[in-house]
Amino acid sequence: MTALSLDAVAAVLLIPASAAALLASLPNYRISAGLNVGASLLTLLAAVSLFVTDRPLPGQYLLVDDLNIVFIVLNAFVGFTTSVFSASYIAHELETGRLTVPNLRFYHAMYQIMMFGMNLAFVSNNIGLMWVAVELATLTTVLMVGIYRTHEALEAAWKYFILGSVGIALALFGTILVYMAAQPVVGEGTNAMVWTVLIEHAARFDPALLNVAFVFLLLGYGTKVGLAPLHAWLPDAHAEGPTPISAVLSGLLLNVALYAVLRFKLLLAASPEAIAPGPLMITMGLTSLVFAAFMLYRRRDIKRLFAYSSIEHMGIIVFAFGMGGPLANFAGLLHMVMHSLTKSAIFFTVGHIAQVKGTQNIAEIRGLTETHPGLGWALVIGVVAIAGLPPLGIFMSEFLVVSSTFARHPLLAMPLVFGILLAFGALLLRLTGVAFGEPRGSTAPAEASYIPMYSHLALVFAAGIYLPPSLVTWFQHVASILG
Amino acid sequence: MNGLTFDIAHLLAGGLVLVSFMMLYQDRLFALINVFALHAVVLALSVAWQAYIQDAHHLYVTAAIALVFKAIVIPVGLHRIIQRLGIHRDIETAVGIGPTMLGGIGLVALSMVLMLRVTPEADPLAREDLAFALSIILLGLLVMVTRRNAVSQVVGFMSLENGLVLAATGAKGMPLVVEISVAFSILIAFIVIGVFLFRIRERFDSVDVGALDDYRGEHR
Repeated sequence: MTALSLDAVAAVLLIPASAAALLASLPNYRISAGLNVGASLLTLLAAVSLFVTDRPLPGQYLLVDDLNIVFIVLNAFVGFTTSVFSASYIAHELETGRLTVPNLRFYHAMYQIMMFGMNLAFVSNNIGLMWVAVELATLTTVLMVGIYRTHEALEAAWKYFILGSVGIALALFGTILVYMAAQPVVGEGTNAMVWTVLIEHAARFDPALLNVAFVFLLLGYGTKVGLAPLHAWLPDAHAEGPTPISAVLSGLLLNVALYAVLRFKLLLAASPEAIAPGPLMITMGLTSLVFAAFMLYRRRDIKRLFAYSSIEHMGIIVFAFGMGGPLANFAGLLHMVMHSLTKSAIFFTVGHIAQVKGTQNIAEIRGLTETHPGLGWALVIGVVAIAGLPPLGIFMSEFLVVSSTFARHPLLAMPLVFGILLAFGALLLRLTGVAFGEPRGSTAPAEASYIPMYSHLALVFAAGIYLPPSLVTWFQHVASILG
Repeated sequence: MNGLTFDIAHLLAGGLVLVSFMMLYQDRLFALINVFALHAVVLALSVAWQAYIQDAHHLYVTAAIALVFKAIVIPVGLHRIIQRLGIHRDIETAVGIGPTMLGGIGLVALSMVLMLRVTPEADPLAREDLAFALSIILLGLLVMVTRRNAVSQVVGFMSLENGLVLAATGAKGMPLVVEISVAFSILIAFIVIGVFLFRIRERFDSVDVGALDDYRGEHR
């Protein structure tokens, strides 16, 4: 174990933690916003340095392997761009009086604690620690969803809180069951919760106990992934909270929960007599996809619309990982990265649009490409990307999911394609009015930060045109780990 | 393991399930909270007994948290909140008591069948504890779905969480139990403070969750 590599892991955790303490004590919001960006940038650099430095040996609590590096880097990157977007977003909220300066102090500290929680969940090698980290990240987002203190925001936060708590309780019960399954084989104590030890001995665990544990874990963490029928918190939380939080919820927090599900899926796959986790995940994924695709049609609130689109895409991703195999896993992984980038870019755009127009009601937002070309075209590119049109990145990953499904289980491909097309129709239907209709509402120039959204969209575009071979081999390698 | 220690552990865990049932038919908030305090006391006894027979001293901390925080601080706090909110009348149960009790019996039977079947080789005490714990968790969920009042939903969640603590202490030698019970206490404190803040800021006229639906811009 080299000192440098340990430093990189420690930095990923310590930078957000110490930044949170610092931000909580800083009264000036301009400095805090800058510091928030700086801390997120440092975290990103630390995360990227994990690629080049030697990895520390897995300990009882922390672990860095090929699988979680992808998640950590994506997390740090979107965390950084969101902090840039957030700086310009909150300035406007302060002007309109929706947020006050003490609110912002709280907001910035919570933002970094949330980043800490998510990074901790990714690097934890201990299923108990992972559970605590996911809970921490959830709790901070609940507090931020309710930050506007309106009826709607408090209701959304309450709903998120109750459903999230039930989810987290079920996940803990699953975690206890995994411990019970491991304890006779590995022995009592911390070792029976250490991921690397568990996976090594998983073949000898009691399969029946593992099966039940996985059902609880899938339901528990699945609540946080936003899988139907446990998704009810997600649209409210996205629509009523500050938009930077919608961006990290969709782009990052759903991935954290997904990562937890994937870890336990691997554990089950390592036990030959346990049930195959795939069919369960395929069922939940398809249900979420088709359900969300239908729900997309009747949305009147623009943030709620894209929240349902997140449920739809998480459905596709869970479906792909449920299918398993090198190609579907590769597609799922690519889709997850593309969805995080695209969806957070869309929320950046929508956040500024809602500020300029003073409403989130779709009917009152019209003709954006005429009044606000910068925002309008970003939204057009974003929606075209998220709907899965070529040549953008999501087209490629969706194409891979669909073609690999057709090759192996043509019957399953039918509902998949149906759901994707349904969602495609709903999104384009809404987009035409919002982007190209008769201009309506305020035409005041937008004080937006275009860099975060366009850099995300450029990455998605580039990935659709050309994926660097090194990235492809890396993803193929990770896909092979996922089995 | 000799018969008596097992029997006492069994008695306490079974008592917890019984108290969960008592929660199902309470139709007044004060009574519900008092039953919850009893639930927490039985949990504290059960955890302390586990600490004694497993010779695991850190579990005494968990028992103390259950006794002080859940059996005293939270119920007293909730009593005050209810008085301040002026909602110390009936609980609106969304489902009648009869069907609720029948549902509860069904859930207990389900968890017994499920847990006893999948754990034939486990330590008998841990196995029974796990089955009881799952019953308590499911009964807690039942309380949450049959009540429409925010305070009684919180009570349901807390009884659910007591079931988790029972499961965690029953799993012999499980690490992080104390940390997890502290994390849960913080979570609960946040929920209770949240309920209180809603009213303090006078954002809602009632804590009936059904009434909150009206504020949403969109109905499904």
